[in-house]
Amino acid sequence: MAATATPHPKTNRIGLTVLDYRGGKTTLCAGCGHNAISERIIDAFYEMGIAPERVIKLSGIGCSSKSPAYFMSRSHSFNAVHGRMPSVATGAVLANSKIIALGVSGDGDTASIGIGQFVHLMRRNLPIIYIIEDNGVYGLTKGQFSATADLGSKLKTGVINDLPPIDTCALAIMLGATFVGRSFSGDKRQLHTMLKAALAHRGTVMLDVISPCTTFNDHEGSTKSYKFVKDHEEPLNDLNFVPHFHEIDIDYDEGSSINVSMHDGSSLRLRKLEHDYDPTSKVAAVSRLIESHDAEEVLTGVLYVNTTAPNFIDMIDMTDQPLAALPESVTRPSREVLEECMEALR
Amino acid sequence: MATTELAVHGAERDAVREPVVNDFSIQVATVNGSGSQSANTVLLRTIFQMGVPVSGKNMFPSNIAGLPTWYTIRTSKKGYIARKKEIDFLVAMNPETAKEDVLALASGAAVLYDEPLMLNDLRSDLTFYAVPYDKLCAAVCPEAKLRKLVKNMIYVGVVAQLLNLDMVEVEKALRKQFAKKVTAANLNWNAAKAGYDYAASSLTKADPFTIERMDKTAGMIIIDGNAAAALGCMFAGVTVVTWYPITPSSSLVETLIDYMKEYRVGLDGKATFAIVQAEDELAAIGMVLGAGWSGARSMTATAGPGVSLMAEFAGLGYYVEIPGVIWDIQRVGPSTGLPTRTSQGDIEFVAKLSHGDTRHPMLLPCSVSECFSMAGDAFDLTEQLQTPVFVMSDLDLGMNNWMSEPFQYPEKPLNRGKVLTAEDLERLSGFARYKDVDGDGVGYRTLPGTDHSGAAWFARGSGHNERSQYSERPDDYANNMDRLAHKFETARMLVPKPEIVRNDGNEIGIIAYGTSHHAVVETLDQLQTEYGAKADYLRLRAYPFARETHDFIAAHKRVYIIDQNRDGQMLQLLKLDTAVADIAKLRSVRHYNGLPIDARSITDDIISQEGK
Repeated sequence: MAATATPHPKTNRIGLTVLDYRGGKTTLCAGCGHNAISERIIDAFYEMGIAPERVIKLSGIGCSSKSPAYFMSRSHSFNAVHGRMPSVATGAVLANSKIIALGVSGDGDTASIGIGQFVHLMRRNLPIIYIIEDNGVYGLTKGQFSATADLGSKLKTGVINDLPPIDTCALAIMLGATFVGRSFSGDKRQLHTMLKAALAHRGTVMLDVISPCTTFNDHEGSTKSYKFVKDHEEPLNDLNFVPHFHEIDIDYDEGSSINVSMHDGSSLRLRKLEHDYDPTSKVAAVSRLIESHDAEEVLTGVLYVNTTAPNFIDMIDMTDQPLAALPESVTRPSREVLEECMEALR
Repeated sequence: MATTELAVHGAERDAVREPVVNDFSIQVATVNGSGSQSANTVLLRTIFQMGVPVSGKNMFPSNIAGLPTWYTIRTSKKGYIARKKEIDFLVAMNPETAKEDVLALASGAAVLYDEPLMLNDLRSDLTFYAVPYDKLCAAVCPEAKLRKLVKNMIYVGVVAQLLNLDMVEVEKALRKQFAKKVTAANLNWNAAKAGYDYAASSLTKADPFTIERMDKTAGMIIIDGNAAAALGCMFAGVTVVTWYPITPSSSLVETLIDYMKEYRVGLDGKATFAIVQAEDELAAIGMVLGAGWSGARSMTATAGPGVSLMAEFAGLGYYVEIPGVIWDIQRVGPSTGLPTRTSQGDIEFVAKLSHGDTRHPMLLPCSVSECFSMAGDAFDLTEQLQTPVFVMSDLDLGMNNWMSEPFQYPEKPLNRGKVLTAEDLERLSGFARYKDVDGDGVGYRTLPGTDHSGAAWFARGSGHNERSQYSERPDDYANNMDRLAHKFETARMLVPKPEIVRNDGNEIGIIAYGTSHHAVVETLDQLQTEYGAKADYLRLRAYPFARETHDFIAAHKRVYIIDQNRDGQMLQLLKLDTAVADIAKLRSVRHYNGLPIDARSITDDIISQEGK
């Protein structure tokens, strides 16, 4: 019998296989959009060659917030209290600014109970990737409307939503997030590219990913069903991402594309599907979002990007060393300093 | 509203009045926002500089300007620094309260008042001094809009002359107060001199109160508890500080910001810390836990309403086992309550803050010195025990100036607790976050960012097993809760021990904590000298209670628990922790009117309960 060489498993630039980015087995419903998002996260981190040990995963409470258990088990993870993940993430990033923070939230966790912390996280432009797995309903409590549910959307029970939705993207853009996108769990390529670009950004990345709930909100009359989103998705731009470690560049046409140089040297190419859309303009982004609501479109793509605004770590002029790792010789002032303080009080 | 609580009128004045030296209290009644705080601090510091033990208490309204404020300075040659009920020397600057303030005085007190108020007809058993402030102000302060401020320094001069204060010390205190603001210092100094000269030429000393130099304050400092706590936190190596402004805790973090900017910015100009003003207390505690989980020494400071908001996260900190220090500068509740008055009203709530079975260690500083040292204890304990630790100060301690011996530099290195590094993980075959390896209930943790493929664990507020995996198994849940209870027993051994004063092992024991201490010290003397009653005294310094506390209760027939709250909150906690046979011994002394507790109230209450 001829010996066959075991094929080497494919590895990324730091020598890890995609299996090294796996998590526990999902306990979410079959077909849940959140599982697809977990897969895209695994692919993006793997392809970008980011060591899972350098990553922290944070979440609040809800179906979405369970999902960090289902990817990247080699990363530390923190499942916090309902709606309050942003503050935990803020503290964690301040303690170790070298860490890559990935927050996973849901529409209830973000837009209702957590709206206060969400607002202030965006405002601080903390370096974090904040994903809303947005299905318009509370899944774990069996299908009540959330605050991102569209006006007129219908529950399985026949209840019609009579309040307008909170557009988390428009909110994030106005508040100070510096990379804001909307995608769809069923749009594999777009979400995958967007996540890779997110990893190249240093500032708050806010991605609202429509992620249908197959159990409670995937029926006729729902505006967060697979069918509705597929039928109404309106991509703003076609995304291409060139990581900084790729030597070969691809050509792009300056007339029809915009090139965004990311913080780590990567490039994000946005091929304009809409003729004059400028993703560096807050006004254009918010205006286009409002139009999309009126037109019942699910507008997706990179809505806004700003790579020059200072992030929170820059703003507070903090040392580059992780605060958590500073030695006592740095964090405890000398005996002489205490004596000086005492003398001033005599 | 008067703050003296008593009005003993009509007592006969002594025919010949013995001088009262270094043992009386001065009260300045004014309106807030009038700038009197500087003047009062100058008075306090002057007496301090003359070597006389002194304490100052500010009773102020929850308001920016225009409402009544009282500042009380107590001098005591015996070194008593608790509030004294009786006011001996009133400086009546507030027309709104002047009449009531005067009527509340005990017979024999002295009153300094603004001439147009004509208070001298109110009582015949007091000594009155009228001062024409407006006239004196106009002479020293040409600028009309500054006169309101300068007016205060005039009473400093008058008081200095009447009480025999050394004007050299007044000037020194005044120039320290105004530091680099030389023009303001000069203006104020002129005002003080004008007051002094007026008193010397126009007033005749007719009260017995006077200050004489002593040597009891040499080398000592004056500081408020919040500033002391701030210093303590800086020297404890704090790196992440979050806060939401709330009286009376704001000045703790504001002072900390000043100190950290001065002493904790590296040579490269970069901060070795992060201080974040959060959007609310929910976020403040969330950030503390996030930072603690990541391995930073993190803290926040708040008061009752903030603690209420922190309840859910406090339970998460307990259950996920994350370090973090929370300062509760207690004020009067419930609800908004009296935001600028002192209380020990959060004790029972904080001990069990959050839903489910939750317990938190609390440290109970009684002095500015302990605010400093317990900051270090709190950070060591929180990392050692991997659980949030609360430091229960109060408004009286936090916002008032106290004299103190200078603080001791911490000699022990920081105790960062059980943290596994990548090298440790390489050496060990496995790692289970919540396994009780050492038998003390405290597991080993790893920090995010640890460069080892086996380092990660999943911090979750949901049920978990030893490996921090999601679990709803009854045995996993119960075992974990039992280990947490066991960890609390470890805390019992690690927290600061109580301090015990024995006076012959008599029948009576007194247990107090926090700022009540200063009143109890005086009460012990009152009981002995006035009633011949000897009492032993135990001062709690932490919760959970150490074994010594149980022994103390067992060794006495009647034990009085002093609480500055209505419901005897520490008494309630003690009852839960005391042997059934001993519970009947516990008696309660409670003080809860928003004013700092005083010795006389405690003494009277104990004597009444003793049936004497």
